[in-house]
Amino acid sequence: MGWLGQGTQRAGRITWIVALLALIVAPFVGVYPIFIAQALCFAIFAMAFNLLLGYTGLLSFGHAAFFGGAAYVTAWLLQSQHLTPELALLGGMAAAAVAGIVVGLIAIRRQGIYFAMVTLALAYMLSFFFLEAPFTGGENGLQGIERGKLFGLISLESDMALYWFVLAIFVAVFLLVLRIVHSPYGQVLKAIRENEPRAISLGYNIDRYKLLAFVLSASLAGLGGALKVLVLHLATLQDVRWEQSGEVILMTLLGGLGTFAGPVVGAFTVVGLQNYLSDTAGSWTIVIIGGIFVLCVVAFRKGFVGELLAWQQRRAKKS
Amino acid sequence: MTEIFGVPFQALLGQLMLGLVNGSFYAMLSLGLAVIFGLLGVVNFAHGAMYMLGAYVAWLGLDGVDLTHVQVGSQVWNLGIQFHFNFWAALLIGPLVVGLVGIVVEKLLLKRLYKLDPLYGLLLTFGLALMVQGLFLQHYGSSGQSYDTPEELSGAINLGFMILPKYRGFVIGASMVVCFGTWFLIERTRLGALLRAGTENPSLVQAFGVNVPLMVTLTYAGGAALAGLAGVLAAPVIQVTPLMGSNLIIVVFAVVVIGGMGSIIGSIITGLVLGVLEGFTRVFWPEASNVVVFFIMAIVLMIRPAGLFGKEK
Repeated sequence: MGWLGQGTQRAGRITWIVALLALIVAPFVGVYPIFIAQALCFAIFAMAFNLLLGYTGLLSFGHAAFFGGAAYVTAWLLQSQHLTPELALLGGMAAAAVAGIVVGLIAIRRQGIYFAMVTLALAYMLSFFFLEAPFTGGENGLQGIERGKLFGLISLESDMALYWFVLAIFVAVFLLVLRIVHSPYGQVLKAIRENEPRAISLGYNIDRYKLLAFVLSASLAGLGGALKVLVLHLATLQDVRWEQSGEVILMTLLGGLGTFAGPVVGAFTVVGLQNYLSDTAGSWTIVIIGGIFVLCVVAFRKGFVGELLAWQQRRAKKS
Repeated sequence: MTEIFGVPFQALLGQLMLGLVNGSFYAMLSLGLAVIFGLLGVVNFAHGAMYMLGAYVAWLGLDGVDLTHVQVGSQVWNLGIQFHFNFWAALLIGPLVVGLVGIVVEKLLLKRLYKLDPLYGLLLTFGLALMVQGLFLQHYGSSGQSYDTPEELSGAINLGFMILPKYRGFVIGASMVVCFGTWFLIERTRLGALLRAGTENPSLVQAFGVNVPLMVTLTYAGGAALAGLAGVLAAPVIQVTPLMGSNLIIVVFAVVVIGGMGSIIGSIITGLVLGVLEGFTRVFWPEASNVVVFFIMAIVLMIRPAGLFGKEK
């Protein structure tokens, strides 16, 4: 029951190991490593987002600000400050965490639909900052970023070396999210999602729980954006825009809200689809993505993994 | 020349007028959002796209819509109709077209979501906004189209203390008429009373024999039509582009958060005041004018989370 969703039972573990093996083997059987690495960055972003929407019930419509903001900071640290990649990544994450504290403190004063609007507005404001700030290269963004040497020793310039690095971080983030959700803290988050007034009356200081969830989610989203700089050698305005915030929502929703595998499946689907569409459909891409969004909300709200879980549960009931 | 804080009085008045024009658009859009949210519980992300649609209807009308050669794929249809309409007709046709689109959207899509978390309504309309914006980008590109100010309203009036471009005055006046008309309709008429009752308790109103689903559809269409009208009014003062609504909607969301969606008058006043404040900021600190609304939103949230006119739930 629910092995994909819970991720701790034996069948769940086997699935994870198979998936991990597939990711390890993929570059050797002809899959372009940069493509998977890019998808993994978005998967980290979507997992971070899911931590907030799927497990805490907070819809942030401004997560791109953390993703793209951390990307800018990391790119700047690499290019202008010549830091090693791991320090630049940490710097980007720290920036995202600080932004997360500020935005979170303001946004958690409202619930539900207002929370979404407030995060959207604040993220929009941050995107203005990144457009105007002197270190971000305006409309062009920061380009030609060198990946540098990990700990000053291991060069990441080869795509395979980078791929292992990204995969390792992805696995670490995955385990971290799993740990957070199954911890007592994660249980409180779920309680807040299910029934906020009851969580309050049980004596939990829900604002602190929400804020911590928001900051955790923002930092991990930042990590995804920062890694993407290493993968693609650039940081662009595209990553801080609200369309990007919408995209991560789509990834999470399409894969399955509040499931462990969902955001990963969704990220691979959307990134793959976009790569495919940009070759075949060109400027129709955004129309098609919008259409999928609409269809998903109207008829496919559980997402791939959610539907699979529901199907399993139905089967389990029958037998 | 008189100066206030080192800024010429004329320039200040000019920016104030421009702020009022923007504020009129904020007011009309946030009013529509508030009315839709009140009855449907949906935050209409597509509001910006509908505003854009209204502007395009006006622009297309002036340019002429030729349906004698409609090409779909390789198929050419001849409907034998040509449309040509000026600004005044667009003021009617724009809201009508957008309202019709609203009816289709509500009947086809939104209707399925009423029993769910309101967040799904936001997500659905977000997807719709992407689609509409994408379609227009695909067809018209991202460059702006200019729309000539109607002849009757071009030029300016000298008011003695300032020179007022006629069209700006017209926009402010027209939007005030529309806003307060809407307020009157909702707060002072029988239809409005039903609407407000429907907001409180739809099943009870239905039990009294009122066709609530129809009322819901028309409310959504009405809100959409307001956005379309704002779009038509905006066409002569800004560049008509597929992206004109997408950034505006975020500002309007902030306006709605500041005002709180509970009150009609609240939406109107908040919209106007924020437009003016933005105008003033443009005079004294131009770089901050794009973000001043969001700053105010943050401050209001810290002091009065429910919004200036909102009720704490």
